[in-house]
Amino acid sequence: MNTPSLQDSELVLGNHRFKSRLIVGTGKYQTYDLMRDCLSISEAEVITVAIRRERLIDDQGRNILDFIDLDKYTILPNTAGCFTAEDAVRVARLGREILEGLENPGMDWVKLEVLGDTKTLLPDPISTLKATEQLVADGFQVLVYTTDDPMTARRLKEAGATSVMPAGSPIGSGQGILNPNNIRICLEYLKQDDPDYPVIVDAGVGTASDVCVAMELGVDGVLLNTGIAGATDPLRMANSMKKACQAGRDASLAGRIPKKMYATASSPEIGLPV
Amino acid sequence: MTAATITIQVNGESQTVNVGTTIANLLENLGHNPRYLAVEQNRCLVRRAEHAQCILQANDIIEIVTLVGGG
Repeated sequence: MNTPSLQDSELVLGNHRFKSRLIVGTGKYQTYDLMRDCLSISEAEVITVAIRRERLIDDQGRNILDFIDLDKYTILPNTAGCFTAEDAVRVARLGREILEGLENPGMDWVKLEVLGDTKTLLPDPISTLKATEQLVADGFQVLVYTTDDPMTARRLKEAGATSVMPAGSPIGSGQGILNPNNIRICLEYLKQDDPDYPVIVDAGVGTASDVCVAMELGVDGVLLNTGIAGATDPLRMANSMKKACQAGRDASLAGRIPKKMYATASSPEIGLPV
Repeated sequence: MTAATITIQVNGESQTVNVGTTIANLLENLGHNPRYLAVEQNRCLVRRAEHAQCILQANDIIEIVTLVGGG
């Protein structure tokens, strides 16, 4: 007897295609070795990085790139820490310049973040929209971090974003998906007449169930960093996030049963010997 | 006789370089792998292919960046 196998489509982000639907960050790890092992266990194919001044980060003179297999991963540079559209566009161009030099396929895209303030790290929607327009005009495939507001999400898609990435909750907060209804409306609006348009939950994921919930809502992928890097055992959490992403994806494709008020017996109600 | 020098800002710090120093020279002096770096001169990206021709001017504001861990 043949073992049944399940097929799934690839995650398509612009001209990139991936089997894994989990995108992981490279920040906040205790050591580069631990980061490398967590990336490997997560089976992510896309990893995010930030762009910062040389020399002011690692006093031992090591570079994160010495710990990343550039043939294995597509690097997604972010504009984290930018508070104006102008700075985000500058940083995106610097990232592209580095990735072109490395001949990494990530050279044509960017994870756009334009933040409103340091306390919430919530995006500034007006500046985010402005930067999206400029980067799209400059030839970037823009994966844009935004809140879960469906109207902003719609405007960002209209501006040409390759993927809209609503936050589940604030960056690094570990609060999970605070407003699943907004994520549902984002999905409905963004995928209306365009079912393959990719929507990714970016930020706020604290543990495996958060990833699973996001995927069950029908998003195409999840992007996370702190949930793994900040766990007591990051390696084990990376494994758990990978499985949760796959589980949630399968559940989403399978179609859950409706919730009902009362019980429905699983066993036949007739034929009981009396 | 010492060479004529100019003062520039590199990543927020003052630095004195010889007149005629290029961006490529600056990166060599830094001693890091130039493949890992990107450079801005006065907030404008200088492409890698132009590093050897781009001569630093007095009071230039240079930013040299690389990739770091991030989410």
